[in-house]
This record gives sequence, C-alpha cells and structure tokens, in this order.
Amino acid sequence: MMVMQTGVMARRNLLHVLSDPQQMIGMSVQPLMFLLLFVYVFGGAIAGSTSGYLQYVLPGLLVQGIGFGTTQTALGLNADFQRGLIDRFRSLPTARPAVVAGRVTADLIRTAWSSLIIVGVAVALGFRFHGGPAGAFGAFGFVLALGVGMCWLMAFLGVALRSPESVQATGFMLIMPLTFASSVLVPAASMPGWLQAFVKVNPISIFATAMRGLMLGGAVATPVLQGLAWIAGMSLVFGALTVSLYRRRA
Amino acid sequence: MDEPAIRTEKLGKSFAARRVLTGLDLEVPAGAIFGLLGPNGAGKTTAVRILATLLRPDAGRAFVLGNDVVAQPQRVRSVIGLTGQYAAVDDLISARENLYLIGRLLGLRPRAARARSAVLLAAFGLSDTARTKVKDYSGGMRRRLDLAASLVGQPAVLFLDEPTTGLDLASRNQLWDMIRDLAASGTTVLLTTQYLDEADRLASQIMVIDRGRTVAHGTPSELKSLAGGQVLEVRPLRAADVPAAAAALAGLVGAPRPEAEDGLLAVHVPDEEMVTAAARRLAAAGIGVSHLAVRLPSLDEAFLAITGHRAQPEAAAPALNGVAR
Repeated sequence: MMVMQTGVMARRNLLHVLSDPQQMIGMSVQPLMFLLLFVYVFGGAIAGSTSGYLQYVLPGLLVQGIGFGTTQTALGLNADFQRGLIDRFRSLPTARPAVVAGRVTADLIRTAWSSLIIVGVAVALGFRFHGGPAGAFGAFGFVLALGVGMCWLMAFLGVALRSPESVQATGFMLIMPLTFASSVLVPAASMPGWLQAFVKVNPISIFATAMRGLMLGGAVATPVLQGLAWIAGMSLVFGALTVSLYRRRA
Repeated sequence: MDEPAIRTEKLGKSFAARRVLTGLDLEVPAGAIFGLLGPNGAGKTTAVRILATLLRPDAGRAFVLGNDVVAQPQRVRSVIGLTGQYAAVDDLISARENLYLIGRLLGLRPRAARARSAVLLAAFGLSDTARTKVKDYSGGMRRRLDLAASLVGQPAVLFLDEPTTGLDLASRNQLWDMIRDLAASGTTVLLTTQYLDEADRLASQIMVIDRGRTVAHGTPSELKSLAGGQVLEVRPLRAADVPAAAAALAGLVGAPRPEAEDGLLAVHVPDEEMVTAAARRLAAAGIGVSHLAVRLPSLDEAFLAITGHRAQPEAAAPALNGVAR
C-alpha cells in the first residue's frame, strides 16, 4: 500500500516537472552550464588543458549537481505546506511517509535524468571512462544513492523551514561552501592547511573521490564504502527527522 | 445510532501562552449540518484540525463516529473529508489529476479513481474544464474542486472550515446548495463560519464559540431570539436629545441599554411590538426623530447580545486575554 501511494505521489511530482518548462530547463541546462563554464573557463588554468580538466572535474560535478538539484526537493515540499496541500494529504488514511517518499522518488528520477545528460554531453566533448563498465554502472548507482541521501537532507530543510525564501537561502548556503570547499573542482593540495583539513573530512570530497575512482579507475573500495556509510547515515537521520516533523508540523 | 457522529469532551488546546480551546464540548448528531459560529480567533479552525487528526489536543477527548482522534487517527481519516479555509488543491496539475491523485491515495485502482473523478467533476460542473490546470481556475471553481476533493472517499463526516470565505454571492449560493444536497444524502457536516447568515441558512444546530469555549448552543431560531431578534435604529433630530432618547429606550422591557454612535442609537428588540412601544416612548418624551429603522442584527450585535462583549478580530488577539468588557 505504501509503495503504491509513494508511486502515486511521485507521479504527481513528475507531472509538475513536465508541466513546468522552467523546471525542465533548470534540471537539464543548468548542470550543463556548470560543466561547460568550468571546463572551458578554468580548465586550461587549473589543469593545463580543458580535456585533462574534463576528466578530473566531471565526477565531482555530478556530485555537485546532485547538491544543487535536490534543493528542488526542499522547495517542492515547502510549497506543498504553503498551499495547505499537506493538510489534505495528512487528513487522508495514507501511509505517513508516502508524501515525502513520493517526493524523494520523483526527485531521484530527475537526478538520474540530469546526470545522464551531463555525462552524455561530457562524453561527446571527449570524456572517457577508465573504470570499465562495472565502474560506469557503479558510478551511476552511486549517484542515485547519493541522490537519496541528499533528498532526505533537503526534505528535512523543506519541512523544517517556514518560507520558500529561507529554504532557498539555506540550501544555497549549505551546498555552495560544501561543494566548493571540497575536492570537487580542484585537488586540495594548493589550499591553505586549515582548509585542507576541512576538505579532507568534508563528505562531499569523499563522494567526489569515490566517483573519480569508479569513473577513472583506481582504488575505490575505501571511498565508496565511506561514501555509502555517509549516505546511509544521512538517509536514516534526516529520513526519521523529516517524517516525525511532517507528522507534527501544524 | 445513539452515538453522535462527532463528540468532544472538554477539548483544550494552547499554542505557546495562548489558550485557543478551553474545554469545548460538542455533540453533532449523525446526518445533521452543524454550524460552529464564532469570530476570527475563536478556536473554530483549531477544533476542526483536532477533529481531522491534524492537531493533537492538550486536554480532553474527541471522537468521530466513535473513533478516538488521538488513539485511532487512521480510522478517523478513513471516514472524514476536510475542506479547509484555503482551497487545498494542487495548482500545477489539472482538476482531473487532482481528484485522481486523491482517489489513488485512498486506495482506489486507477480505473476506479478515474471513474470517481469523472462523477465528481460532473456533479460540480467542472467537466468542461477538467483538463485545465487549477491555477487558471476562478476562486469559485477552486472551492468547488476543493469540496469535490474532500468527497472522493465518500466520507460519512465532512468538515468545512469557512468554506465560503472570500467567495462572491453566486458562488456562495452554489456551494450552499451543494452542502444541503450532501446533508440530504446522509453526510454529517460540521461547518465553521463567521457569518450568522450562513449558519442560519444551512445549519439545523448552531454552537456559538468565543475564545475557545461555548457561549450559546441551539437551533437557529433559538439563537436569534437570544441575539435580540432585530435591531431598532433611532437618530434623534437634535444631537442634544441623544441621552434623553437613550433613557427613553432603555426603559423598554427586556431590551438592553442602547448603544450610541455618531448620534445614532441602536437597540435590540426581541419582539416586533416593541418597535411601536419605542416610538410611543420617544413621542411621549417629545423627542423628534429623523431616522427610525428596523434591521437584522449583525454578527457583532448578536455576539454582543450573547457574549456581552464585541467580537474581536484576530489581530487584536494578544489584548483579548482576560479582557472582558
């Protein structure tokens, strides 16, 4: 029953995306813009060549894209509260987590879509997988898992914060520094010592390292396991917080 | 069927320091339209939200068809429909998709959900615009869709929280007819409203609440007699005569002291014969009158008569605590 209800809610949220050209553009074009800007503006300066930088940055950009993409989860849930829709859903004999889980499911599908677009364009621009088919599929699976973890974090923000403006601002303030102060865009080696210390423990760096291992070859076991542990922890903690807050929020 | 459809016992709820409900006792017989009447901030919405399992009470108990709203919320949810103050429909999808969504969440198979949605769209005059996105709907259409959405599960008990606030007269009349039809088909309706008129036209029983407690309860005609029946307005020719006119009118049997504002006196007259008596008294006192009229009491005046103080808007809520005129 809950799976069915989650599916129904996911379908409704995907209908929103399909009916809103702005959202379609946002989820398709915006990550591509990041890819092209970073590779062609900074690539030569950072890595000596745009093709070299493309290899380095794509795995990290996929992680960053999930960070920015899932703010939509927070905004969408928040909007449902604003419109009073949540009251309607909560007054139905529906399984409690179905509304939030439906949102997460729909956003996971969006995330997969955005990631595939970026990878497709990157391959056309010259990106090559060096981790074999297992690595490529592993990377896709890891992106989806990360999407789940980030969606729950964002769902929590969406339910916990009152206005869409504060959701927007908080999401940005969280994702921007976390993804920039990480190994997503550049290796930590050139950063000051105190920042390197932070970059090292920043889970975004761990995710980026795992993705790099899967897509480019190299040691993957440690970063992937660490990354999955973070994802599992995020999903459990924020999933539980979100569902309990959802029940109580008046 | 001795068990009332809705019953509350000493229901209490506070938000921070503000006590919104203070021991509300409610009993709604099955199949009735029950009007919960009160000004903004009286606790109407809070009561409905507790009954619809959206809020937990701090004190007391509440039952819907015998199910405890706190202990058995899912059973309550399966028998109720809720139409809140703000049309809770999804703007970004069509009316048809809105109803289909609710049907599926209620466990209907896709085909059954489509069929139910088509029936409701037809019943509410929305078939022609079924595929229009709700954001392009008018206010009246949204309310109708909202009501339709609360009926997808064929609820035995329907909560309507100020269903006509902000609607134009035509849409209001249309919604009233729909609510009457629902009650005629056996649905129990709990309606909250700020409008005496609305409660009067729809409800077979009315409870007036103020500051979270019951101040009057009865049939519309019983309440109207409590509220003073009609209001007599008198404007003396000379402003200097206002106190004398007030004194003359104050002597009317059973009528409370008249209120004066800008040289206009208003007095409750429970009985139409008092109008004649009032005119005689004014004439006997030698007071010339430029305006003499009888009208129905406003909600404000009904409130004044029943509660002894004026209905306060919600914005004045902080000053409300403990200030009894």
